[in-house]
Amino acid sequence: MSFIEFRKTLKCFGPLTVLQDVDLSIDQGEVVVLVGPSGSGKSTLLRCINGLETITGGDVIVDGLSVKGGNRQLREIRQEAGMVFQQFNLFPQMTALQNVALGPRKVRGVAKAEALRQAGDMLAKVGLSEKGDHYPSELSGGQQQRVAIARALAVKPKVMLFDEPTSALDPELKQEVLSVMLQLAREGMTMVVVTHEMSFAKQVGTRLIFMEHGKIAVDGDPREVIDNPPNPRMKDFLSHVD
Amino acid sequence: MQVDWSIIPGFIPQLIAGAKVTIYITVLGLIGGIIIGLIAGLMRAYGGKIANAIAFTYIELIRGTPIVVQVMFLYFALPVLADIRIDPMSAAVLAIVVNAGAYIAEIVRGAFLSISKGLTEAGLAIGMPHWKVLLYIVGPLAFRRLIPPLGNQFIVSLKDTSLFIVIGVGELTRTGQEIMAANFRAVEIWTAVAVCYLILTGTMTITLRLIEKRMRIL
Ligand SMILES: Nc1ncnc2c1ncn2[C@@H]1O[C@H](COP(=O)(O)OP(=O)(O)OP(=O)(O)O)[C@@H](O)[C@H]1O
Ligand SMILES: [Mg+2]
Repeated sequence: MSFIEFRKTLKCFGPLTVLQDVDLSIDQGEVVVLVGPSGSGKSTLLRCINGLETITGGDVIVDGLSVKGGNRQLREIRQEAGMVFQQFNLFPQMTALQNVALGPRKVRGVAKAEALRQAGDMLAKVGLSEKGDHYPSELSGGQQQRVAIARALAVKPKVMLFDEPTSALDPELKQEVLSVMLQLAREGMTMVVVTHEMSFAKQVGTRLIFMEHGKIAVDGDPREVIDNPPNPRMKDFLSHVD
Repeated sequence: MQVDWSIIPGFIPQLIAGAKVTIYITVLGLIGGIIIGLIAGLMRAYGGKIANAIAFTYIELIRGTPIVVQVMFLYFALPVLADIRIDPMSAAVLAIVVNAGAYIAEIVRGAFLSISKGLTEAGLAIGMPHWKVLLYIVGPLAFRRLIPPLGNQFIVSLKDTSLFIVIGVGELTRTGQEIMAANFRAVEIWTAVAVCYLILTGTMTITLRLIEKRMRIL
C-alpha cells in the first residue's frame, strides 16, 4: 500500500463538488507538485490529507490510517503530515523558538527545555538560528515562512504538505524559502507541494499533477510534462505561470 | 438652603460601609459572571447545536429584560416558584452573575471568533487537539481583545448594583438615600455618593489600562 492513498475521494461544499472521485497514490520519498487553475481544488486536495477538510465520500489513507477514523486517528495523521500555509500562520504571541517548540511540547510531550533546544536546531536548519527570540511581527515574510517550516518539521512528520508557500512573498524572498524546500526534498522528505514555481518542480519534483475542475487531468514526470504539456489547458495554464 | 460641604466628613464612615457592600457585590458577581460568560461564550462559539441553543436562549433572555426585573424575579418570584429563599445580598450577587454573564458571553464569543481561522488550522495541523489549540493559541490572543470590552462591562455592572436599592441591599446608593432621609442635604450627599462611584470606576479604568499596557498589543 502507498503512503498516501486517495480512494474515490469526493469533496463537496454544499452544492459545489470540489473533488470528484479522486484516485491518487503517493509513495514515500516522492515530491509531488500540484498545479492547476484557481478553484481547481488543489488546496482542498492537500487539506483532505490532514483532515482540515472533512471528505464527503470515498476515503483518504495516510500511512495506513483513515482520515475517517475519528479524532484520535486524525491527530496521529496530523503528526505525520506537517503543513505549511500560504499565510504562514505563525502564532503571533510567541517567539520563533516558542512557535517551533509548541508542537513537540503539547503534542509529543517533550519537556520545555528539551523542546526549546530542539527548536533551536530546527531554526538553524532553516538558517534562522539568530532569530529565535524574535516575534513573527519582527521577521520578514521569508523568515516567517521558514519558521513555519521549522515548526512543522519539529513534530517529526513523515510527509510535508505545502500550500503555495511562496505566493505571499516578494520575489526576492521566495528564493530563501524555496532553497529550504529544495534541501528538504534532497534529504528525501516526502512532499506534496502546491506551487507555481516550475523551476522547483523541474529541479526536485518526482511527479507533476495538473488539476482541473476537481479532477487529476495530468500526472507525469515534471521535466516531460512541463516542456510538452499533454493537455491544451495545461499548456495554456503554464504559459500564464512563467 | 445653604450648601455646606463641611457636613460630609461626618458621613464618610457610612459611605465607606456602603461602598464596601457595592464592591462586595460587584467583585463576587463579576467573578461568577466571568465564569458563566466564558462557558456560555465558548458554547456559542464552538458548541454543537444544543449547547449553542442553550447559551443563545440564556443570553437573549437576559439581554432582553432589565436587571431590576431580573433581581426582583430572583428575590420575590423564585421563592414562590421553587421554594428557594434567598437573602437580598445573595439575590444581588446572583443578579450580577447572571446579568454580567450574558454580556460577557457575547464579548467572549466575539473575541474568540475574531482570531484568524488560520491560526486554529496551524495548531490543528501540528496535531494538537482542539481544546489545546483554544487553550494555548486562540485563548491568549482572544484574552487581549477581551480586556477593553470586559472593562466596560465591569463598570456597567458596578453601576448596576445601585439598582438593588429596590430589594433593600445596603449598598452605596441606598446608603446615600438613608443619609438623605435623615438630613435632606441633597446636594452634598448625592455629590459625595457620585464621587464615591467615580473613585470606584476610576480605579477600575486605571487598573485595566495598566493591564492592557503591560500586554503586547497584537
Ligand atoms: N470552505 C469553503 N466553503 C465553500 N467553498 C469552498 C471552501 N473552500 C473552498 N471552496 C471552493 O472550492 C473550490 C476549490 O477551492 P480550492 O481552494 O481547493 O482551490 P485551489 O485550487 O486551491 O485554488 P487557488 O489556486 O485559488 O488557491 C473553489 O471553488 C472554492 O471557492
Ligand atoms: Mg489554494
